[in-house]
Amino acid sequence: MSAFRDQDPRIHGIQTKIRVVPDFPREGIMFQDITTLLLDPKAFKDTIDLFVERYKGKNISVVAGIEARGFIFGPPIALAIGAKFVPLRKPKKLPGEVIKEEYVLEYGSDCLEMHVGAVSAGERALVVDDLIATGGTLRAAMNLLERAGAEVVECACVIELPDLKGRERLNGKPLYVLVESH
Amino acid sequence: MLQSLLLRASNSISLPLPNRHQLSPSPKPLSAWIDAAPSAGQSPSNYRSALPSLRCTAAGGGSELQPLQNQGMAAQDEKDPRIARISSSIRIIPDFPKKGILFQDITTLLLDTKAFKDTIDLFVDRYKGKNISVVAGIEARGFIFGPPIALAIGAKFVPLRKPKKLPGEVISEEYSLEYGKDVIEMHVGAVQAGERALVIDDLIATGGTLCAAIRLLERVGVHVVECACVIELPELKGRERLEDKPLFVLISG
Repeated sequence: MSAFRDQDPRIHGIQTKIRVVPDFPREGIMFQDITTLLLDPKAFKDTIDLFVERYKGKNISVVAGIEARGFIFGPPIALAIGAKFVPLRKPKKLPGEVIKEEYVLEYGSDCLEMHVGAVSAGERALVVDDLIATGGTLRAAMNLLERAGAEVVECACVIELPDLKGRERLNGKPLYVLVESH
Repeated sequence: MLQSLLLRASNSISLPLPNRHQLSPSPKPLSAWIDAAPSAGQSPSNYRSALPSLRCTAAGGGSELQPLQNQGMAAQDEKDPRIARISSSIRIIPDFPKKGILFQDITTLLLDTKAFKDTIDLFVDRYKGKNISVVAGIEARGFIFGPPIALAIGAKFVPLRKPKKLPGEVISEEYSLEYGKDVIEMHVGAVQAGERALVIDDLIATGGTLCAAIRLLERVGVHVVECACVIELPELKGRERLEDKPLFVLISG
């Protein structure tokens, strides 16, 4: 489900602020750079407002953000809806006891970690990242939360790359995005 | 409960992104993305003793934020009632990342919604209405505190990142670690000469990373008004390393 289909007037402003950088990090990849969005205070505020309007008052107590760009969008949403923020990190960054979830990359695999005790069973959670591509990282994030007994209500991203079919890899969980890029 | 909010299912409708069809050999420069004038801003490996100093900043001057607080004093000294809860919400993890280091873990602060909100409010109270147009946050925990502050004071957020993370043209600043060196990068065009900036991180230890961040910004003509951290480890003398650049922290020690 994308906000732009609702023709929210703020979407156009957000969309035009996302910079596409060709051949990054490798040749052939059109990188969706959200840093230019962050340079526009109004567009950045609108981005957060769109998510906050959707999730406020829905009894969501956890916003989990995926390192590192999920750390930019997740906390403002969490603060505005009164939820805690839980960082999901690459290996060995979180001190203390963690649970780990491995996931597959195009070549090889990677791992996402969450603190033991960050979420309690029965809590309602969002997963936030700047972009969904294949959905592998989001799926790993969802698994971490569900293993801890939380209910993932929705995944929320600024951008979706629908051609990579990440939406289908979310085990039936809803995905909400503001902008699509083909 | 979210059913009422779910948008109608739709087929894939391709909405053209204006910039996608303007592909050129190199991306539009960052300066073109920014509206005209700026409006009305424990690296874990650095927990040991102070390092040989690289001059941190060319700029001089004391804190213009003195009316709010004396330069260089932590908010803790003013006994703001919110500080106690913030302080007690921070978890200390011994022997992380290495034996002998007491790691200050702010993730537990983020789990306390009131403490997290109070943390942001304390910074926003200090910086709102001070014509700060840039908040620069140091990867990765500076990304957690920087954006909420930026949003509340109407400034842009500029991520300062490890090498090779930022796409497009960057400027780099090297800095010393206890053993070896590291590099921090910023996008070319993210900031303009004359803008007033804050640098944010969760913690200042030796001050090496913050110094590098200040140098990056000052190289392009930005005035770094103050560095702001949740925690200071005073025995590591980071404040001295910043020389005359003001530092504001919520918790010291």
